[in-house]
Amino acid sequence: MIDVKNIQKSFGDAHILKGISTTFEKGKTSLVIGQSGSGKTVFLKCLLGLFSPEQGSISYDGKIYSELTDAQKRNLRSEIGMVFQGSALFDSMTIMENVMFPLRLFTKQNKSEMEDRADFVLKRVNLEDAHHKMPSEASGGMQKRVAIARAIVNNPKYLFCDEPNSGLDPKTAIVIDNLIQEITDEYNITTVINSHDMNSVMEIGEKIVFLKDGLKAWEGSKETIFKTDNEVVTNFVYSSNLFKKVRKMYLNENE
Amino acid sequence: MYFFTLAVTNFTMQYLHNIGAYFLMIAEMFRKPTKWSVMRTLILKDVDDLIIGSLGIVAFISFFVGGVVTIQTALNISNPLIPKYLIGFATRQSIVLEFAPTFISIIMAGKVGSFITSSIGTMRVTEQIDALEVMGVNALNYLVFPKFIALMLYPFVISIAMFLGILGGLIAVKFGGFGTVEDYILGIQTDFTPFHITYAFIKTFVFAFILATIPSFYGFYMKGGALEVGKASTTSFVWTSVVIILLNYILTQLLLS
Repeated sequence: MIDVKNIQKSFGDAHILKGISTTFEKGKTSLVIGQSGSGKTVFLKCLLGLFSPEQGSISYDGKIYSELTDAQKRNLRSEIGMVFQGSALFDSMTIMENVMFPLRLFTKQNKSEMEDRADFVLKRVNLEDAHHKMPSEASGGMQKRVAIARAIVNNPKYLFCDEPNSGLDPKTAIVIDNLIQEITDEYNITTVINSHDMNSVMEIGEKIVFLKDGLKAWEGSKETIFKTDNEVVTNFVYSSNLFKKVRKMYLNENE
Repeated sequence: MYFFTLAVTNFTMQYLHNIGAYFLMIAEMFRKPTKWSVMRTLILKDVDDLIIGSLGIVAFISFFVGGVVTIQTALNISNPLIPKYLIGFATRQSIVLEFAPTFISIIMAGKVGSFITSSIGTMRVTEQIDALEVMGVNALNYLVFPKFIALMLYPFVISIAMFLGILGGLIAVKFGGFGTVEDYILGIQTDFTPFHITYAFIKTFVFAFILATIPSFYGFYMKGGALEVGKASTTSFVWTSVVIILLNYILTQLLLS
């Protein structure tokens, strides 16, 4: 579980996060949504320890990040998997080497053990014949799946994804969403996803945190987001005609 | 006048900030070392990219510049009272003292330096550096330290440049009809001062450090997209060259005067 208490972060005069508190539970897929510039990426980078908040605290299963020693932070990082928006695969390595990389860093496994494990997770993300390809030879959807495989290869306790569906066609996006959801359930990990994609919100949002102007404007789940009368949320989530109709139908059905 | 002063102050502050950040980067590069089994692979890859990959161009340029230095020296010695062996002597001195360590380093600032800046800069743009940091890797140690170690083999490249430069001169003398091979060989042995080799290799080690770190600095701390990667490569070449030329002057003053 990740517990966030009143975190604030500024860059010069720009006050990006103005005091956000929330909890991300173990075994659940949580989505952080909001408009561009609402502070989602800064929030995620604070969770990852790439930015230090000026105020507030972030604790991972009771361990407050800012109070950890360097060695403890390093241990904690070995328990974190991250899927970047652009996949961030190392382009000088093959797909297999990319997936094996966290194992080389954090474990004492020999080469064949690492290969077995990498092979297992690549199969898990339905990539069986791409081991020796370079990332540049893989499609966007394949790259995302490799990034997920790399993120889960070391059995992380926490999985973070920054807009995992960006640039993907709707069908591949659903496949990636479902894959993240399945992995979260299967390994009982705490998953936090930054997303703009309303399909993801409706598909896998077990918990949804809506940010606006550096503040938490609303939180709930994919079920409650249909019923909310919070205007800020409805203006954002149901901005398209399609989603307005979907919401209307849902509300009519459940009246 | 006020705006001029303000502009100069901002300009100076920016450069002082960059110099400070550069030294902090060097300190950080030696902290939190990456696991040796991973580092070993990176060093070998960088030796291949930076050293082995540069041998061809260095050999080509050294051989022909050695020949040109010899031809120009020979053409400028028209006085019959000046002995012909001075052609070999002048070629050796030019190549050992300046051409091989300094001129080749400027060429390497273009070849190796822009490669380092653009490869690290692209990693920054595509979030690969963020991925390393999320994994708890000291990205500066992971990316810059292996280049620094690989470039400690740079004197090997310069030795080859010295040898091929002098060989190029020999071939030019023989086939250009500017003197005899015996005179040329006598010239390259005349008044040989072993400290000149030491001086050349001290410069080479210093330039190797500059070649590894300044391009890395511009790549690592760049912001923006593909266009900025190109700009960072150009800036890195300019500053690497400027620093090499300045240090060349300072080291020559310190070691030879």
